[in-house]
Amino acid sequence: MAPSYDTLRDEDLDEDDYDMDEVDISDIQEKYQVQLEQGYDTFVVVDGLPEVTEEQKPKLVKFLLKKLNTVGKTREDLIFMPMGEDGKSLRFAFVEYSSAAEAAAAVRQLDLVALDKKYTLRVNKMTDVDRYGREGRIDEEYTPPKIEEFQEKEHLRSFLLDPSGRGRDQLVMYRGETVGVFWNNEKDPPENIVDRQHWTETFVQWSPLGTYLTSVHAQGVQFWGGPSWTRQKRFAHPFVNLVAFSPNENYMVTWSNRPISIPDEGHPSLSLDDDGKNYIIWDIETSKPLRSFASLETPGGPAVPGASDDGKRQKLPWPAFKWSADDKYVARLNPGSSISIYELPSMRLMDKTAVKIEGVVDFDWAPATPAREGIKTYEQLLCFWTPEIGSNPAKVGLMSIPSKEIVRTLNLFSVSDVRLHWQSDAAYLCVKVDRHSKSKKSQATTLEIFRIKEKGVPVEVVDTIKDTVINFAWEPKGDRFVIINTTEPVAATAVPPKTSVAFFCPEKAKGNAIGNFKHLRTLEKKNSNAIYWSPKGRFVVIATVANQQSSDLDFYDLDFEGEKPESDKDLTANLQIMNTADHYGVTDIEWDPSGRFVATWASSWKHSMENGYHLYDFKGEQLREEPIEKFKQWAWRPRPPTLLSKEEQKTIRRNLREYSRIFEVEDAERINSADVAVVEERRRLLDEWLQWRRETEEEVAEEREAMGLPLDPVAELLKAKTAEIAPDQEEQVIEEIMEEVLDESEEIVA
Amino acid sequence: MRPILLAGHERALAQIKYNVDGDLIFSVSKDQQICAWFAHNGERLGTYHGHQGAIWTVDVDPTSTIIASGSADNTIRLWDIKSGKCLKTWEFPTAVKRVEFNEDGTKLLGVTEKRMGHLGTIVVLDVVVDVNAEQNDEKVLTIVCDESKATVAGWSYLSKYIIAGHEDGSVSQYDAKTGDLNFNIAIHELDSAITDLQWAPDRTYFITASKDKTAKLITADDLRVLKTYVSDTPLNSATITPKKDFVVLGGGQAAMDVTRTSARQGKFEARFYHKIFEDEIGRVRGHFGPLNYVAADPTGKGYASGSEDGYVRVHQFDKGYYDFVYEVERERQRELAI
Repeated sequence: MAPSYDTLRDEDLDEDDYDMDEVDISDIQEKYQVQLEQGYDTFVVVDGLPEVTEEQKPKLVKFLLKKLNTVGKTREDLIFMPMGEDGKSLRFAFVEYSSAAEAAAAVRQLDLVALDKKYTLRVNKMTDVDRYGREGRIDEEYTPPKIEEFQEKEHLRSFLLDPSGRGRDQLVMYRGETVGVFWNNEKDPPENIVDRQHWTETFVQWSPLGTYLTSVHAQGVQFWGGPSWTRQKRFAHPFVNLVAFSPNENYMVTWSNRPISIPDEGHPSLSLDDDGKNYIIWDIETSKPLRSFASLETPGGPAVPGASDDGKRQKLPWPAFKWSADDKYVARLNPGSSISIYELPSMRLMDKTAVKIEGVVDFDWAPATPAREGIKTYEQLLCFWTPEIGSNPAKVGLMSIPSKEIVRTLNLFSVSDVRLHWQSDAAYLCVKVDRHSKSKKSQATTLEIFRIKEKGVPVEVVDTIKDTVINFAWEPKGDRFVIINTTEPVAATAVPPKTSVAFFCPEKAKGNAIGNFKHLRTLEKKNSNAIYWSPKGRFVVIATVANQQSSDLDFYDLDFEGEKPESDKDLTANLQIMNTADHYGVTDIEWDPSGRFVATWASSWKHSMENGYHLYDFKGEQLREEPIEKFKQWAWRPRPPTLLSKEEQKTIRRNLREYSRIFEVEDAERINSADVAVVEERRRLLDEWLQWRRETEEEVAEEREAMGLPLDPVAELLKAKTAEIAPDQEEQVIEEIMEEVLDESEEIVA
Repeated sequence: MRPILLAGHERALAQIKYNVDGDLIFSVSKDQQICAWFAHNGERLGTYHGHQGAIWTVDVDPTSTIIASGSADNTIRLWDIKSGKCLKTWEFPTAVKRVEFNEDGTKLLGVTEKRMGHLGTIVVLDVVVDVNAEQNDEKVLTIVCDESKATVAGWSYLSKYIIAGHEDGSVSQYDAKTGDLNFNIAIHELDSAITDLQWAPDRTYFITASKDKTAKLITADDLRVLKTYVSDTPLNSATITPKKDFVVLGGGQAAMDVTRTSARQGKFEARFYHKIFEDEIGRVRGHFGPLNYVAADPTGKGYASGSEDGYVRVHQFDKGYYDFVYEVERERQRELAI
């Protein structure tokens, strides 16, 4: 069947035996050319050219043409370079492009481009020159720009000063359509600071130092803060999905799964260069975009051998851009080939090239500026790993930035997967290696710990664990860790796998040295799947979250002050379970920044059963429980690091007893006065009620009397009925006496 | 407090009523039966046969002579308690969802369903509390609810007003003589149906239960909300306990809304709140379906709950219940004693 006209494809046309290019239709074209654009939209003005004579001119034009043709189409005769009276050029030229779009592209891409070492091109639209540069539009005299008077901004850290003087922490709750910020009031309902409907469209997030509350909208991201909770900053990223901050709150990355599309009329803060990009890196102080990036095409990338090849769609790697501890660098993984490291604030690629690491699967920055022994120069560390490629072993590497020197590598065999876990001070790096046997039938996990601060970065291997380790967490600022194992592979089954929780700590060692890591204890037959360390260390909550069947919370103390078992005497920990709790349907857990409280909540984002939150103290004692319809999110407001020196902190710790005595008195007073208030309130309610009853009863009695009705209608009726049933007697009382034999026994008295 | 389990019904319970003396319990269910029970031991006195559809409602007159029942077979029937005979049948175009005698048993109101082009109505019938008397066929009064249908209704003190709770969460006060609407006030959350309305012993105030998870104590003469009891589950019923200042709320996730039925998730518990202080005091577990009705013994000695699970649980209060008082209440009692 011959193709019909509307199904005619381009390929069908190409089969025709003449070539369109060979046919000269220029005469027809010229004749019927429709003049679409009138005016000077296709013209640009190129400034900053060198001064040339008539002889040199063709050479310059040719040279210029090369540059100009990179963005559009123009010809030699479309470049007009006016000459001065002295026979020398006036150092600028008019250029006509074939379309206005090309002219726009020239302005965008060629402006500020260096022609050579000496000359830099300035390209402007002809119409712009006309619009802004016409006579009269520019004042002949220079008037200095008016500098707005300095206006003091609100104190963005005022939240650190609790008006009640109790050093309470703030938190944000997102429930229903309302977002509210509160003071944590322990057992009492949180004290509301601000509550707004539709404050955010998807979620809220604190900046890492707690300065701003981030709200996410279709138009972009907004920052709120200060005592008045006014808008502090705006970042217009259309259809933004996720937000991530640099650790010191200097920069922010926003991501949208929809590539940015810049409308024709332009965008207030983004330029055409950002068109088609997914990520934007912002400078928070100026709220200006620094650079934008498109998403990497992960599925099409080179297959990573050994990595999870179960065909599952890989999750979006987030954060895609990882920050060094001091905000100086940000890096992105190009899976399988390299890591791109950008310097800030310029956002230029470090050394103009990505760091090539063949096969690289994952990397992570040290979360703190490391202090390696014997290293005096500035450095940041990042670790990465590569899988086995051919006969080469899998590798874990530690790279120093900016030198790009590999500080330490570790070769590994039979590797299925590797996870990198930094300790919060960058003192240790634990590499969790999942290994398979040759037949790939059995799995085992080893933990390889890099001791960053010790000379030569020694690596210690901790126990081979037969089971699969599903979770790992370092004690923040400490040197102990917890892992969760399971014998069964983690699958999406309704029944959670039985897991066991294992605690590890270093042995006691002489002097300041840290001993070898030793197994402390394993708790079998648990369902736990999550580890939450207190931000101050020592206490840890082991929990079962996002699980239908169980929802245990176990609170542990690793420095229990009671008796220590003999078997642990050489270890630097004394494990004690303090309390267990159960929060049905718990989906999330978060410690407050001071490590005093733990909030657990069941979010309606995950399920709709018993949404709401619980609040525990660090010992696991439940302080509050509040079911809230459509409860979505809870987030403690982070605090910036303390300004007190180590010595000052030590003094405080030494005098803790005295402080706590004062606080205890304060607490007792507050509780007493609160109790008195409650009793007063109850007394008032009771009085009110009794008075209302008295009044109502009197009124009704009066009304009844007025209507000639008996005071108690029912009693009258009953009397009448009794009279009817038994007209003779006034009342008949029938008494029935029942006797029940409980026990009978016979005793023979001898 | 070991409850007596009344396992006489085969389907979900709809309503339970104690008689004035608190010695008889009447229960109706979707299984088309009315049962009468002895409250003190749970023995069944008898059943009343005749209805051809699910029975939604029952009430007993103040002298415990007759009972009235309303059913999905579009009738209200009167029964002789003693003999079980059906004394009278009134027919209506739609199902009857609620019946209630006024304080002296001379009038009966019925709430009819809005269905098949008929608007929901509240009808008033004259009743003679005598098993041998001829009952009047005619409706004395018909109140048409054209805004939002009435789900529950009752008689105030002196039979002065008819108070109705509506599907849209509002409460209306009608003049009981003329049927005129005095006022309609939005009490519960908009479009959370009021599921129950029960009176205090002297009918000067009442309690409403609603799907918005709250129960409210409201005055009869000006529909002022006195107290609000907040729970965490949609409520089907609420009652005021005589003698002690408590209220009992019953409810639970409706079966159709529960994805995985577990007793924990369903919240099938009777909840006790302090009537004046609005605090929750305790819960009573036991049912494995939502509570459809809670009724308090008029003598203040116990309460009964009927559930979707088909059981009635009759509870006698134990010593702890009577002993429980707030410090301020004890204070007041002492003052009164002096």
